[in-house]
Amino acid sequence: MRIAIVDYGAGNLPSVERALQKLGAETERAIAPEQLAAAKAIVLPGVGHFAAFVDGLRERNLTSSLRAAFDSGKPMLGICLGLQAMFASSEEAPGDPGLAFFPEKVCALPTNVKSPHIGWNQVRRVRESKLLGGIPEDAYFYFAHSYAAPASAEFSVAACDHGFPFAAVIERQNLAAVQFHPEKSGETGAQVLRNFVESVG
Amino acid sequence: MTLARRIIPCLDVDAGRVVKGIEFEGLRDMGDPADLAARYNREGADELVMLDISATFEGRATFLETIRRVAEQLNIPLTAGGGIRTMEDGRAVLRAGADKVTVNTAVVKRPVLLSELAQQFGAQAVVLSIDVKRKGNSWEPYTRGGRDATGMDAAEWAAKAVSLGAGEILLTSIDRDGTCSGFDCELTAKIAATVPVPVIASGGANTFGDFLAVFTDGKADAALAASIFHMETQSIAALKRFLAERGVPVRLSR
Repeated sequence: MRIAIVDYGAGNLPSVERALQKLGAETERAIAPEQLAAAKAIVLPGVGHFAAFVDGLRERNLTSSLRAAFDSGKPMLGICLGLQAMFASSEEAPGDPGLAFFPEKVCALPTNVKSPHIGWNQVRRVRESKLLGGIPEDAYFYFAHSYAAPASAEFSVAACDHGFPFAAVIERQNLAAVQFHPEKSGETGAQVLRNFVESVG
Repeated sequence: MTLARRIIPCLDVDAGRVVKGIEFEGLRDMGDPADLAARYNREGADELVMLDISATFEGRATFLETIRRVAEQLNIPLTAGGGIRTMEDGRAVLRAGADKVTVNTAVVKRPVLLSELAQQFGAQAVVLSIDVKRKGNSWEPYTRGGRDATGMDAAEWAAKAVSLGAGEILLTSIDRDGTCSGFDCELTAKIAATVPVPVIASGGANTFGDFLAVFTDGKADAALAASIFHMETQSIAALKRFLAERGVPVRLSR
């Protein structure tokens, strides 16, 4: 089973790749639309700036491939900025449209809390989550971000609080996305990735 | 739901080995970086910091390879730095497997490097390291491993650096470093109240009580230590249980 990890030219790709391979998944760094079309599942990792990310996807002609993958029901996992890119837009780059798999807008964390939100935090489940299966309610996940989607987002299944309640896990049909870094979240994070890999079958 | 306070072991690396500076003795070998990293990952460390302290070109050349070896062992975040001069140095460290890069001397000389790094990699990947000595009621940053005075004020420098793009501050008290007399809580509290980003306290850790003090009085978001963990004087798991029993939110390993 081959999982394509989208390589848009920066970011946390090696550690995501290593974490998936440790679970026995076969991975491939994808820079071309054909690779996404051929893959059984797609992981969209990401750190950095929203504009650099969505521009990187557009420059490589990956935007429409990702949309086609979504429409075809192919399993996809967005991580951190990869989650944010799945929304319609972000306050970080008002002129740059996101992939719009989710209709809401990503917002900056408020100024009354430390930003970036860096460190280990817990999440509150609001709906049943496939990604969080087998993980205790009080488990910690590693976050590192300055922007977040509101917890009121339609497909949010787990929320976290930092200045405002934000979406920590989102699931919609074949789409899954996490604001934390499962590849950096110890054994708990490995379980999240395992749940994704197993859902791919 | 609470953001946990972090416990961060630090590896000072010279020519591919973890070392510890001992007064009058020079450097003492503390072991293989990958072995220590694997142990800390297992014992519940929240993150790992790795600093290149080698003075020679050959020592520096092996640092990227050491990052790769260490990153292999981890499923927690890795911060690496020491001698980072340019954007390309930063990129090399991140591509080798680090999640964040620390900068110090180079950004004192050219602060805009902070903005360049943050634009490229995001503020969450840029850690400003500040090494300070107390001067009356304030603290002065030093560069080049504590050798050169900058003439600046630590709080002013921290605030400026954050406005330029630093996403976190690694704050080391040179006065306390290696003394085992506890963190400088006054210093940490002052900087934590000044900047809107997380502050990692460093220098002087010895007892569990020192960590409790720096998280309560010192308002630190994270605490870093080296030798007490390397020599197994203190175990990370026991330290976290101690803190949890006293109401400090920490991530307990399961």
